[in-house]
Formats: sequence, structure tokens, C-alpha cells
Amino acid sequence: MTAFTTIFRRDIKLALRHRSELINPLAFFVIVVSLFPLGLSADSRTLLQLAPAVLWISALLATMLSLESIFRSDYEDGSLEQLVLSDHPLFLIVLGKVTAHWCTTGLLLTLMSPALAISLAFPPQNLDILVWTLLLGTPTLSLIGSIGVALTVGLRRGGILLALLILPLYIPILIFGASAVDMSIDGLDVAGQLYLLAALFVLSLTLAPFATSAALRVTLE
Amino acid sequence: MRLFRFFHRFASPREFFRIAGSMIPWLAATTLLLLLIGLYLGLFVAPPDYQQGESYRIMFIHVPSAWMSLFVYMVMAGTAAIGLIWRIKLAHVIAMSSAPIGASFTFLALVTGSLWGKPMWGAWWVWDARLTSELILLFLYLGVMALYAAFEERRTAQRAAGILAIVGVINVPIIHYSVMWWNTLHQGPTVTKFDAPSIHPSMLAPLLIMSVAFMLFYAVVLLMRARWEVLDQEQRSNWVDDYLEQLSP
Amino acid sequence: MSEFFHMGGYAFYVWTAYGMAFAILLINVVVPIVRRQRLLRDLRRMKSRKTP
Repeated sequence: MTAFTTIFRRDIKLALRHRSELINPLAFFVIVVSLFPLGLSADSRTLLQLAPAVLWISALLATMLSLESIFRSDYEDGSLEQLVLSDHPLFLIVLGKVTAHWCTTGLLLTLMSPALAISLAFPPQNLDILVWTLLLGTPTLSLIGSIGVALTVGLRRGGILLALLILPLYIPILIFGASAVDMSIDGLDVAGQLYLLAALFVLSLTLAPFATSAALRVTLE
Repeated sequence: MRLFRFFHRFASPREFFRIAGSMIPWLAATTLLLLLIGLYLGLFVAPPDYQQGESYRIMFIHVPSAWMSLFVYMVMAGTAAIGLIWRIKLAHVIAMSSAPIGASFTFLALVTGSLWGKPMWGAWWVWDARLTSELILLFLYLGVMALYAAFEERRTAQRAAGILAIVGVINVPIIHYSVMWWNTLHQGPTVTKFDAPSIHPSMLAPLLIMSVAFMLFYAVVLLMRARWEVLDQEQRSNWVDDYLEQLSP
Repeated sequence: MSEFFHMGGYAFYVWTAYGMAFAILLINVVVPIVRRQRLLRDLRRMKSRKTP
């Protein structure tokens, strides 16, 4: 587990050094969420109806746009190749990097989401479900996203391609996450969605690192 | 052991080029024949549907192409896995040649589905569970093709797109069920008029014939694409020069 | 015969569907053939340049 912890600590330290970069996903999240009331109307009934979808889609896009940072800087200074060639199991290294990425983006987005939800006339008593779904969903988004970013790390303009590759894979998470929040507002029981979100999380936690390692080995050859 | 030797021989590019070349005419003839029979039975012989009248005849194209879109994705992921695990170049060629064909079947299924839905549901596009997962399947295909096209070096492109195909195939059932779940949540189970439970034999026959015809069509077009991809990949080897000699002395 | 083409009022939908199917199948056949022509032409040109 030392490989995991060292990589994790290293990436967290690196992220904290470029504190300005930490703000970007959060700023993106706030801006996109506030676009919707401007695009729609300010009356709370329509906002509330859309709030779950708006929050979830914005968090999903914010995570996706920040995925590049997992491998990009290491790829450019060549340390990624060293990591791949090191005799530590690659999937542990990948897991460390993805967890660090989640802590610097997904987690922060989740912590910020209640504040933004209130701005969309979100009933305060349902905020817990919103946070729970994002807590379960955002790590899965980072894990699946890491596969896509590993596949496109070698390409110059991988941004749009990355979106095309992983957005279809994000759809189940979005469906269960947004509907859980939506139904919790209507007072319905959402245990089913939470279990499914947890299942998707565990599935991607176990499989995604191997896919990412295989992708890294292929693209860095 | 004999079977293994056959596959081993078949896997060599030169042998594949020759064997595929000899198989294509026969496959093409059978495909054409089956297509004609299927069309004749589907358009002329099968009676109009008591509920939908004549518009259900679109089923004879929509259902086979939908089946094929899924089948081709499975073949693509399977051959990509074979290519990655046993490092067989031919498997990668077959996987990457299948992608555009599968995408075209998916697109056909979407278009015919929407054309069939218009008279029945009154709208060109309905977020029906099957049409939606078919649309997402198209995105998966486009993703694999885009990734394949993004790399200059062919070998990396094949292997990277292959990994994406395998990741995709794991997600196909997940996406399908989550869309099914999502659909029943919002619209309630739409009355699935597509696969009528007890399909009348006179309607079932053309459907099956068209499905087999589509299957063979996929085989023919795949072999054609793969042959020229192999020739392109092996252009430096001498058997390609012999082939060129033999073609136009 | 014209009744057949009328397709019980759904002529537009049925024939557009079959037309699209024919077009897509045709494209799938034509693409490899075009690829073949271009490939053979390039290979011959390369070969003729190699052997003076």
C-alpha cells in the first residue's frame, strides 16, 4: 500500500502548491449552475424542478473537464513513464492518483453543492440525499474518467475526444444520481438508487484502475 | 489440434487475404439471395398488421439492424480482446473494421425506429428505452472510431481503441438497464408494440431471413474491409508484390 | 400495383426506411471497393517508382 500512499500524498501536495488550479473546477461548477436560472426564469418552481439535473450535470462536467490534470503534468515531464515502468503494481499507482484527483475536485464539488442547491430553491431537508449521491457518484466519475484520460494522454488535443469517449459511460451514474435527488424532493424512498450508485462505485473501483493501467501501457509505448 | 492449426494458418495475413478473397463471392451471393427472399416475403407475402396496417413492415429492417448493432459490438470487443491478449494483429484489424459497420447498423436502426415511431407515436423521436440505448450505443461506436482515428501510429490506435471497446462492452448492459429503469420511471412502461408477443409465422419468417441476411452481409463487408486493411498493413512484404504482379503483369 | 406502393397510407415511412436501408448497405459495400482502388493505385505507383 506504500505505493498508493506515496503517490496520493505526492499528488495532494502538488495540487495544494497550485492552489489556483484547485479553484477552477469549483468556479466552473458555480458558473454553470448559475447559467440555468439566467437561461430559464427566476421563479423557484421551475428552478426546483430542474435543480437535481442542473446540479448533477454541472458536477459531472466539472469533474470531466478537470480529469486532464490526473496524468497531463506527469506525462509532460516524463515522470508518468517512470511510474509505469516502476515495479510497483501500476493499478495501485493509478488508484492513488485518481483518489488524489477526487479529493481535489469531486470532494470539493460535493461539499459546495448544498450552497449552490439553496440558490436553486432546493428544499434544505433534502440536501443530505444530494450530498450522499454526489459522494457516491463523483469518485465513480473520476475512476471511469481516468480510463478515458489515460487513453487520450498522448494526444495533443484530447479534450473534446475525452468527452466523446467517457460521457456515454457517465450516463448510468447521471440517471441514478439525478433521479435519486429528484425523487427525494418528492418525498419518495431513494434507497434503490443509492444502492445502485454504490454498486457502480464499487464496480468501477475494482475494474477501472486495471483498464487505466492497460491504457497507459498502450499509449505510452 | 487440427482446428488450432487452421486458426493459426488463418491468422497469417497472407493466408487470410487469400481465404477471405475466395469466400467473399460465395458469401455475397448467399446474402443477396436471402435479402431478396426476405424482402419478397416481408413486403408482398406477409399480411398487414391488424393494428398498424402496413407501417409495421419497417420492422423487417429495424429489428435485424438493431440486433446487428449489438452483435457487431460484441464481435468488435471480442476480437479486440483477442488482439490485446494474444497480440494477434489480424484480430485488431477485424475489430477496427467492424466499428464503422456496427455504427452504420446502429444508425440504420435509429432512423428506421424513428420512421416507424412517427406513425405510431406521432413523433419523430421518442425517448423510448430501446431507442435511447440504441442512441448511446451509437455514441460508444463513435467514441471507438474517433479514438482509432486520433492516433497516427496504427498499432497504438488499434490497441487503444480496443481497450475502449472492451470497457464499452462492460458498460452496454449497465447502460441498457439504467435506461430501461429510467424509462419506466418517467413514462411508465410504454406499450411495447415492437416485439408483438406471439408473432405470426408469416411475419416471423421474413424477420429471421432478413436477420441471417444482415449477418452474412456483415461478414462480407467485414472481410472486404479487413482484406484491404491487411494488404495496406503488409505492403512491404513480398506476397503483396506477387499479388500486384499477378493482378496486372 | 399502385395500391402496393401506397402501403396503406404509410408509403412515405415504409419506403424512406427501405430507401435508407438500401443506401446504408450500399455505402458499406462501396467504401471497401473505393479503398481497394485507391490502395492498389498507390501501391502500383510506389512500385513503379522503386523499379526504374
